[in-house]
Amino acid sequence: MAQFSLPQNSKIEVGKYFKDKTGSKNLKKINVYRWDPSTGNNPRVDTFEVDMDNCGPKVLDILFKIKNEIDPSLTFRRSCAHGVCGSCAMNIDGVNGLACIKSHTDISGDLNIYPLPHLKVVKDLIGDLTTLYKQYESIQPWLKIDQTGEEKTELKQSQKDREKLDGYYECILCACCSTSCPSYWWNGDKYLGPAVLLQAYRWINDSRDGDKKERLKKVADELKLYRCHTIMNCTNSCPKGLNPAKAIGSIKKMLATS
Amino acid sequence: MQNNNPLSPHLQIYKWQISSLLSITHRIVGVINFFAIILICFWVMSVLFGYNSYQYVQASLNSTFGKFLAISLCWTFSFHILNEVRHLSWDAGYGFDLKIAKITGILVFFGSFILTIVFYLLGRDFF
Repeated sequence: MAQFSLPQNSKIEVGKYFKDKTGSKNLKKINVYRWDPSTGNNPRVDTFEVDMDNCGPKVLDILFKIKNEIDPSLTFRRSCAHGVCGSCAMNIDGVNGLACIKSHTDISGDLNIYPLPHLKVVKDLIGDLTTLYKQYESIQPWLKIDQTGEEKTELKQSQKDREKLDGYYECILCACCSTSCPSYWWNGDKYLGPAVLLQAYRWINDSRDGDKKERLKKVADELKLYRCHTIMNCTNSCPKGLNPAKAIGSIKKMLATS
Repeated sequence: MQNNNPLSPHLQIYKWQISSLLSITHRIVGVINFFAIILICFWVMSVLFGYNSYQYVQASLNSTFGKFLAISLCWTFSFHILNEVRHLSWDAGYGFDLKIAKITGILVFFGSFILTIVFYLLGRDFF
């Protein structure tokens, strides 16, 4: 049975309040989830008053402003800042997304920032994605071909076959979808989750791959695949506008018709 | 190695989407329907046990609570039927588009009330 409440050591406490020191009139309250592994305390939510007159348009800009000007200990992952790498995936205003492309002007009132849901927290806004990466590895995300060493030739793909990968190859594995999925929350150790299943479909659907049947057989599992109940939180949260629910539906349909 | 790090909040903070709300409602309503069918079986059985027992069930169903129960169950069945059609279309590979899923979700929600009213009127021999 799934545990719906947070375990004792994860209960969130009220944190510090950082009052604005700039004297700005355009303030926004930012509530950020904090947890420091060195203290042994429970996680807390700190509130920062941020001067919005001198802040960039994205949520990541706010985080940088807090880190640079208010509290340098604030920890989060980021890299490209252009929605390409997927490092800054977090829960912003109740929905998963990339901080670097999410505009804070879309959000009225206080802004709540949490790490991706139902992960072991490493520090502050960083969640531990080890399980997800292991699951990704388990679907063998590389091209498998029948050719032996000597007769290896170029694998050509028609434009039409290539188009079948559109909407799937763009996935950046930011884990927004998987960590938005209640099914993945309760069965994350067994259910593969939307991100990995979308990737599985991407390889099943590749005309150059010679292992389609094996791949389908491997994923056809009560727990691995069929824990998807089309809740569609995944598609709702994907920052790249992809549709993991559709990918999973397509795998199910393939299995039902093959 | 045991990882004693805290678990990040999930249900507590995640915003409800139309799709997730309908999904959990579908589940809860499914469980209610399961018990409702048992209730309906008893209702039918009461006919077998003769006039008195039928009278008794009939009277309790005609009470205010009985009527409330009957109409509520009409809604749970309406909702479940309509949302199941949605699920069937997904299984056939249609309606995954975010916009379409949202529209069909809203249709299911309002449709379930309309269907309940239709059931009610049917029961009252309105047509």
